[in-house]
Amino acid sequence: MKRIIPIGPYHPLQEEPEFFKLIVEGEKVIDMEINLGYNHRGHEYLATTMTYDQVPFLVERICGICSDSHPYAYVMAVEDAWKIKAPPRAQYIRTIVAELERLHSHFLWVGLAGHFIGYNTVWMWVWRYREPILDLFELIMGNRNHYAVNKVAGARRDILPEDFPRIEKVLNEVEKKAELFTKAVLDDPVIRARLEGVGILPKADAIAYGVLGPTARASGCAIDVRKDDPYDAYDKIDWNTIVFNEGDVLAKAKVRLLECFESIKIIRQCLKQMPDGPIEERIAEIPVGEGIGRHEAPRGEVFHYVRSDGSNMPVRHKIRAPSYMNIPSNVVAVKGYSIADAALVLAAVDPCYCCTERTAVYVDGKKKFSGLDLLKLSWQKTEKIKKRYGNQLYRTLSGT
Amino acid sequence: MTAAKKDGGMRKEYSPDLIADLEKKYPGLEVKVHAPRRVYLTIDRALAHDLAQYLFEIKKCRFSIATGIDTRRGIEIIYNFSHDASGTYYNVKTVAPKDDLSIKSLTDFLPAANWIEREIHELLGVDFIGHPNLAPLLTPDDWPDTAYPLRRDYEDKQR
Amino acid sequence: MGNVKLWGLKKSPWVFHVAAASCNNCDIEILDVLTPRWDVERFGIVLVGSPRHADALLVTGVLNKKSLPRVLRVYEQTPKPCLVIGVGTCACNCHMFEHSYTAVGTYDKHIPVDVYIPGCPPKPEAIIMGVVKALKRL
Repeated sequence: MKRIIPIGPYHPLQEEPEFFKLIVEGEKVIDMEINLGYNHRGHEYLATTMTYDQVPFLVERICGICSDSHPYAYVMAVEDAWKIKAPPRAQYIRTIVAELERLHSHFLWVGLAGHFIGYNTVWMWVWRYREPILDLFELIMGNRNHYAVNKVAGARRDILPEDFPRIEKVLNEVEKKAELFTKAVLDDPVIRARLEGVGILPKADAIAYGVLGPTARASGCAIDVRKDDPYDAYDKIDWNTIVFNEGDVLAKAKVRLLECFESIKIIRQCLKQMPDGPIEERIAEIPVGEGIGRHEAPRGEVFHYVRSDGSNMPVRHKIRAPSYMNIPSNVVAVKGYSIADAALVLAAVDPCYCCTERTAVYVDGKKKFSGLDLLKLSWQKTEKIKKRYGNQLYRTLSGT
Repeated sequence: MTAAKKDGGMRKEYSPDLIADLEKKYPGLEVKVHAPRRVYLTIDRALAHDLAQYLFEIKKCRFSIATGIDTRRGIEIIYNFSHDASGTYYNVKTVAPKDDLSIKSLTDFLPAANWIEREIHELLGVDFIGHPNLAPLLTPDDWPDTAYPLRRDYEDKQR
Repeated sequence: MGNVKLWGLKKSPWVFHVAAASCNNCDIEILDVLTPRWDVERFGIVLVGSPRHADALLVTGVLNKKSLPRVLRVYEQTPKPCLVIGVGTCACNCHMFEHSYTAVGTYDKHIPVDVYIPGCPPKPEAIIMGVVKALKRL
């Protein structure tokens, strides 16, 4: 039975010149070119026109999905430059918000991966269970996204003890759903057939391209800023880094799903161990210096460098998001696989999704597929595989 | 927060042995330890490529990114390398003088440096010798060749 | 023919989403509006894959030099009458990117905007209210 899914792509401007240009021979991708610049707004320039306290609001809006990571790395860069520290309670608050963000971001990716392989029900389910996390953000920080908790040498809002029971309740709910999705995704033969062995990034290429985050940890590189260069509460609690060696899309999915459980573990311990005390330090003078701050965002290491000259505005602010290192590695990961897998492989590094739009494919320079066409090819492949294995996913999700 | 934390035997701070090796190999090197896990190594432009390759290939540091800064002496370029096992950033600093804004590209051994060299080229005007394709990365196609937005003397002519 | 289109638009607006330089938060909130909690598809609001099928354009993000020609082309391709709904503070007034070297001004300098939904990002309830207000104007 042919199903028409009335949900359009979030690929804006998709008829336009290629963001990812895939060069194809027959059914296989043999090369790829990447074209950027549509999202360039000049953050590094704008940061030098704002005061140190205004910059977190600017850098939050680099990316909406990981909007806590950039201000977090920025304030740590400034704290490194000025050799100051946030008070202990503020450190725990910042850690909790960062881990809650990791939860909602990984759920978001699982939903999108489901959409890319044609399981829109997975998309709807996972995003539905992302909502309680966003409600929690609204409760403790005031906004569903762009929570603005990071401040130089502190946190902007406290998490009140009367909110702890609500946080626990949401974590329990989220944990149950994460278990369900993990089981549904990893045990389903159709999803395994789609994800396993696809888009492999070998470890040597992972190192040469400097990839980060789950993309690196799925290729055997055990790098995680929270363990390598510990900050705030991460070295005061007990948790594990998740690493797999296969390097395919399934390994990346496994890393993200299992990291959700580690995040829940971290948040629970933080809530128990959080000390009392102030949440900010007042800064009397601004020293001259330079500093580097980094944070393990859901997509990998976010790097900020700040140089100060004693005035109230930064002289130079360098921002490097993890997708900047991860996206070029797609050139390796997508070669040799079929066009039907292209959309999934490009999404597997979890770029801020505006980057996966406007994909176009050239076959011998003549025929042209758009991003939506690639998605449809991917959905058709899933339908063929479903005929072989049957469609068990919905039964697993609904518990029958 | 103290820096020393044992994790699989590696202390979470910079390695004095590594610094000693570097100082022996590059006699003109200036080393500044800003924090237990933040080290800045200032070196002459001609040797920056060699030092970067040494850190990447021999000392197994990961290339994180490069930063370009417009200063009075010229365009300062900082190559940020991360030694993940000890959690330390070893940053190679060098300056390209204003009358000769060029430096050897790292792309011959480091694919990871490809995009950032394009970006520094288009936003600051530094020429990376040996880069396979120094086409603009972020600015639109009709952006004027001589407008470098991150230079201190950049004036937005439209305003 | 115009009246039929208008009637179709009011009853079941088909929406095309255009993002210029966006941080994607508004885009995710627009997609959230489709998820089970709000589920606007039961009202006939559908996200389509091409501007040629669209009755309304949801524009997000800040216009920059590279994306401006594309946004204008999408607007030209959308059959008129069409509603243009600016979602998010960036679409309303450029937010804090007004002085960037890539800025080209607000959307309403280039295309006519019918409704502005401020917020960073606007909550899904605000987006739904904005679309309803736009439809009531017709």
